[in-house]
Amino acid sequence: MVLVFAESPRGNLKKAAFEAVTYGKKVADLLGTTCVALTLGKADNAGELGRYGASRVLNATGAALDHFDSQTYAVTIAEVAKGNNASVVIVSHTSTGKSLAGRLAVRLDAGLVSGVNMLPVTDGGKLKVKKSVFSGKAIAEFEISSAVKVLSLLGNAVKPESSGNPVAVETVAAAASNGRIRVKEVRTQEGRVPLPEAEIVVSAGRGMKDPGNWGIVEDLAETLGATTACSRPVADSDWRPHHEHVGQTGIAIRPNLYIAIGISGAIQHLAGVNNSKVIVVINKDPEAPFFKAADYGVVGDLFEVVPRLNEAFKAFKAAN
Amino acid sequence: MKLLVCISQTPDTTAKISFNADGTEFNPAGVQFIMNPYDEWYALVRACELREALGGTVVALNVGPAANETTIRKALAIGADEAVRINADPQGAAFVAKQIAEYARGEQFDIIFFGKETIDYNGSEVGAMVAEYLDLPFVSYASKLDLNGNTATLERDIEGGVEVLEVDIPFVVSAAKGMAEQRIPNMRGIMTARTKPLKEVQPVAFEDQAKAVQFTLPPAKAGVKLVEPDNMTELVRLLHEEAKVI
Repeated sequence: MVLVFAESPRGNLKKAAFEAVTYGKKVADLLGTTCVALTLGKADNAGELGRYGASRVLNATGAALDHFDSQTYAVTIAEVAKGNNASVVIVSHTSTGKSLAGRLAVRLDAGLVSGVNMLPVTDGGKLKVKKSVFSGKAIAEFEISSAVKVLSLLGNAVKPESSGNPVAVETVAAAASNGRIRVKEVRTQEGRVPLPEAEIVVSAGRGMKDPGNWGIVEDLAETLGATTACSRPVADSDWRPHHEHVGQTGIAIRPNLYIAIGISGAIQHLAGVNNSKVIVVINKDPEAPFFKAADYGVVGDLFEVVPRLNEAFKAFKAAN
Repeated sequence: MKLLVCISQTPDTTAKISFNADGTEFNPAGVQFIMNPYDEWYALVRACELREALGGTVVALNVGPAANETTIRKALAIGADEAVRINADPQGAAFVAKQIAEYARGEQFDIIFFGKETIDYNGSEVGAMVAEYLDLPFVSYASKLDLNGNTATLERDIEGGVEVLEVDIPFVVSAAKGMAEQRIPNMRGIMTARTKPLKEVQPVAFEDQAKAVQFTLPPAKAGVKLVEPDNMTELVRLLHEEAKVI
């Protein structure tokens, strides 16, 4: 079977979990087997994972699983994988999944491909699967030859598909382990979709001239239900919070729509956003390198164009 | 303090990426190679800062051929005290992790540092694998690391926020932006780097079970479609009807 670890940060299943189970179900169909979801610690409404294709939903709880420690999590996931003869183990390519995937590969003597964004194909007992490499500048196909395979799934790579029914949650034992990480505090931005999960991102750069000018960017994001982001110089000047910085040193994202306002498009910035499905660039300089990576471009004064675009989106929303 | 910093050599961020004719191997011709930025700017510099404050030794480790010694010398110029090169072609993440773990097992490091990921394979795999081989805690994407006696306080980037945690040494950490500021090696550093020890270690046998077999370049963008700045209704129409993203 295909085992999917469905993350439930602070007790809530997130988009990453629904994507991973949707993907796991497709992989299971490909292999002619079933998809089983595993949640660890508190996971409200875990049975809902049945809707996304899990034929069984397992939950392990215990004091050691109340906060994230890659060691305790990996031990339990690996035990469940072994106990159920999992041939493929899938995690999300998130802060949690990235800490786990390598551990699971060692523990299960498995080949690992991390950050996959497409379905695998079978080749005898092997799996072939693609991922983006060289910061989006190339695609590599990997061949996994081990009996057990581990994959981590990039965010926004598959759309959650909910067509099944909820299933009853089965409780399984947490493996004994020696977790040594003591989580003291979790600070999250409330109210906004985190950047890695956002489907629409409105991002702005030095062309904004002053942090006091960000109102037009926030208004546009509000209209679109988008998350705001910024370029490195803007974050480094403390015009915007560091967690908004997208690009190579900041966060790499792949939304459906990335709107870049007053960002020239240095290669380090592109490395973090070039996997976006559609890129719109608004810049007064027609020579800005970002236009070469863009799908749609507007050459003009952002202080005029952005409010106009906001009005056009509002009119569109009102009409649809 | 005995600190290990694992450094990878990668093509420069601005390098043009190409492959051999049948797409089975990376083509290094004309490519400038650098130390993986996250290894250099954050992991190595923070390790050097801790050594400066608390005493001890910083060892820089690379799995790679002799040609990588220019990169390794740069790590020594920035501040590592000694270096180790495991003499092997770094075929894949699992191979590299196995080599690092086998070397580190006998050395009793207090902290093993990695960058958050490499800019070539973007996998973020090796740190977690090494932690598992050595049965050590692993903190990924750490943007802050302070030590108080044997206890470290770290902040790590999570989706939409930050997690603050404590862990006792020894442990493995991968470093992200915020942990330290980039250092440019000075002339004295470059001079002393020439005489610092650089030890060569032979690899252990290991077969990767996940191998990159075929490389392709992404399809070229069709080219930008320009919309007049006074016609944003048209841009919205294109995003809805053509791109289908709203």
